[in-house]
Amino acid sequence: MTSSTGTPTGSLARSVQFLQRRHRFHWAEIIPWILAIAVFYLLPGYRLLATQILVMILFALSLDLIVGYAGIISLGHTAFFGTGAYITALMASNDIPDPILGLIAAAAGAAVLGLVSGWVLLRTTGLTLLVLTMAVTIMLQELANDFDEITGGFDGINFTNSEILGLIELDQLWYSSSYIYVLVVLFFGFLTIRTIVYAPFGRMLIGIRENTQRMSAIGTPVHQRQVSVYIISAAIAGIAGALWVQVQGNVTTEVYTFELSGEVLIMLILGGTGRLYGAFLGATVYKILESTTEQVLGTDEPYWQFAIGIVLILTVLFARRGLFGIFEDIVKKFKGASKGEVQ
Amino acid sequence: MIEPILETRGLDKNFGALNVARNINFALAPGARHAIIGPNGAGKTTLINLLTGVLKPSAGSVYLGTNDITKMAEHQRVKHGIARTFQINTLFMGLSVIDNLNLAISERMGNATGILRPAGNYSEVMEEAGRILSTLKLDNDALTEIHELPYGRQRLVEIAIALALDPKVLLLDEPAAGVPSAESHIILDAVDSLPKDIAVLIIEHDMDVVFRFAERITVLVRGAILAEGDPDEIAADKEVQAVYLGESAHV
Amino acid sequence: MSSFLIEITTVLVFGLAFSMLLFILSVGLSITMGLMGFANLAHGSFAMAGGYVTVSMVSKTGAPFAVALLVSFVIVALLSILFERVLYRHLYRRPELDQVLLTIGIVFASIATVTFIWGPDPQLILMPEYLSGSVDLGFNNFPRYHIFMIVAGAIIVAALFYGLERTNIGAQIRAAVDNRRMAESCGINTGRIFTWTFALGSGMAALGGGLGIQLLGGIKPVFALEYLVIFLIVIAVGGMGNIRGTFFAALILGIIDFAGKFYFPEGGAFIIFAVTIIVLLIRPHGLFGKA
Repeated sequence: MTSSTGTPTGSLARSVQFLQRRHRFHWAEIIPWILAIAVFYLLPGYRLLATQILVMILFALSLDLIVGYAGIISLGHTAFFGTGAYITALMASNDIPDPILGLIAAAAGAAVLGLVSGWVLLRTTGLTLLVLTMAVTIMLQELANDFDEITGGFDGINFTNSEILGLIELDQLWYSSSYIYVLVVLFFGFLTIRTIVYAPFGRMLIGIRENTQRMSAIGTPVHQRQVSVYIISAAIAGIAGALWVQVQGNVTTEVYTFELSGEVLIMLILGGTGRLYGAFLGATVYKILESTTEQVLGTDEPYWQFAIGIVLILTVLFARRGLFGIFEDIVKKFKGASKGEVQ
Repeated sequence: MIEPILETRGLDKNFGALNVARNINFALAPGARHAIIGPNGAGKTTLINLLTGVLKPSAGSVYLGTNDITKMAEHQRVKHGIARTFQINTLFMGLSVIDNLNLAISERMGNATGILRPAGNYSEVMEEAGRILSTLKLDNDALTEIHELPYGRQRLVEIAIALALDPKVLLLDEPAAGVPSAESHIILDAVDSLPKDIAVLIIEHDMDVVFRFAERITVLVRGAILAEGDPDEIAADKEVQAVYLGESAHV
Repeated sequence: MSSFLIEITTVLVFGLAFSMLLFILSVGLSITMGLMGFANLAHGSFAMAGGYVTVSMVSKTGAPFAVALLVSFVIVALLSILFERVLYRHLYRRPELDQVLLTIGIVFASIATVTFIWGPDPQLILMPEYLSGSVDLGFNNFPRYHIFMIVAGAIIVAALFYGLERTNIGAQIRAAVDNRRMAESCGINTGRIFTWTFALGSGMAALGGGLGIQLLGGIKPVFALEYLVIFLIVIAVGGMGNIRGTFFAALILGIIDFAGKFYFPEGGAFIIFAVTIIVLLIRPHGLFGKA
């Protein structure tokens, strides 16, 4: 309804108000960061695992931008992770050991790869796109294996970082400064993605996911926009790859494996796509389960691989919105019971 | 005659041996209320797809005003003022009504690529969405997700999105198709109240709608124009009656 | 004899043997995707299962190689029907991503399962006398197995084409792949057709898994993932659901792959990927696909 002055009133005003507040921070959003800091002080023995989890969260978040928001399926996201990792390692082993410079170069390099491959691949859809994303990753892995005088091949490259901003040294023993460093980078990475997602650009990505044909019909140059988000996602994945190798001071061709592409997709699906915190939940649960399984049952037998296969099948059949989706349903039920239906 | 706002010259489209558009010379006047009728498979939706750039013609050209837009991509034509609705709902089903509109409005206002400010802070987009929702009496459904709306109201959102693009030319592909007759007046009222400065081209099967709405009618048969004129001329045209109107009980 | 002739015939025979194997392995997946639009990434798992059944039959029961192949065909075909009924059926109308994820889940679980049973190392079998050693054709020596592979492949291809082109059920399959809705309106039960075609395709994959043991240096758990990419490439280049296209794609890619590895031992493995990317860029629906 509209009042005589033209200002919307009633339900319309409430709707607009809802949109104006949608992007605001919810108090619960501080929880993951408190947990991350708590882990640092309370569980120092788990810092290595926790550091890996933080990196994987960033990697999964970057994938969420294209899979969860823009609806582009990729089984080759390690192409960017691995490229970022190698750029950083090669710089560090060639007298440019500054970690921050390494991150910037990794982001830039991965972004360029994202531009080139995205421009070309995103003209296709569906299964062809899936095949091509896989093919690019496997090709890069082959190249990394073939040029082993540069990449170090299976043994990889060892390198040392210089101090961050000339002040803080990344320790690879106790993971104290390393953990904080990764946490800070993740925080800024997350803020960037969160800002993008709630901005018109992010809404536009959701539109492409929901209905590509209609997006064209409202004047959106879909291909160009898909390439743009692909570049952003690639850059962030490149940073994740750089972090991964910086904290361990070593890179091998493992960073390019197709399996890793699959794993990060599984983490994302497990947590829930297109909802930011799905990546947090998925990567954490995945990595903790993995390390527990390996500790309890040993790494000799592929128990973990079997478990993840079954979990994946069950997730698709029964919990397609992931753990975070289940969590949302529970919260909704709880709120619905206490306050009545929210509308 | 006044300069047409949208015009085709010698438009042909074939898929292999199948001619779906044959030498179509068609003109839409500014502010027109123009209908295209024709039996199933006459090529009506094909013509819309050719006008909007979804399909590329095999021969001939499309003009917007005096500009040749034949080679222009669909999304570029939208920016030049051609908007359409779809025969089968083509909406963002998982999004709310107002989010559907905002996508179109942001794109038109050129802020769809903004990455720094939250979408909710673009007050000009919100105001425009509110205005269109009020006009089409969709304001109470603003936050309802499309898949929860009854079909008739979904059809209304189709029109709302097209209007959100602030078009010069609006192509309506069977706007009332599939809507239960109890609800169809909502759509027809919306079509009736479209701004007068927009040139409207409507494809419709329901002759009541066509004769109530159109000031000019083009009859399409097997991909070619059979006749064109005002409603009285078309109703009186022997050929049209033979191939088309004779089939249905028309008042 | 000139070394050039030796080289070229070596590349052709080894490449052709690999091509035949690729076709037998991939054709089922091409039909599944063309007919039902179902992205079955677990196709390699069925092939792998075939390989392991063959290995076990030959080494544990001493069954002849040919019998083992036949048994693995039947077992895997039946197994695939079970999977289709219990799991796949629920996902026909779901997005591609869901199909991809579910079938990757199957791949992981199957790799783990065979590792539990057979261990991570490649399993080999002793080939019968008539398939070992090499034949001297005067100008060049070829392994007997490769010649057998080409001949067996040609027979299978011929039988498949005959079945599809000349039999009633073949005509129904072709109609269903070509235009499912039209076929249904002609009274063809596409659901049943699909189940049988799926079983046939999976059985073929199993056959490929068994035939590939010798050619690929044994069957090992990572097979399901390692060769999945190759199957996908073959059907993407050939055009989904296009059996003739799959055959030519297998032919071209098999020979190119072997030639690449033969002439460029370093880096030859990635030539096949480069070729695929170029082909799909020019023709996104494959060399023989419908637009």
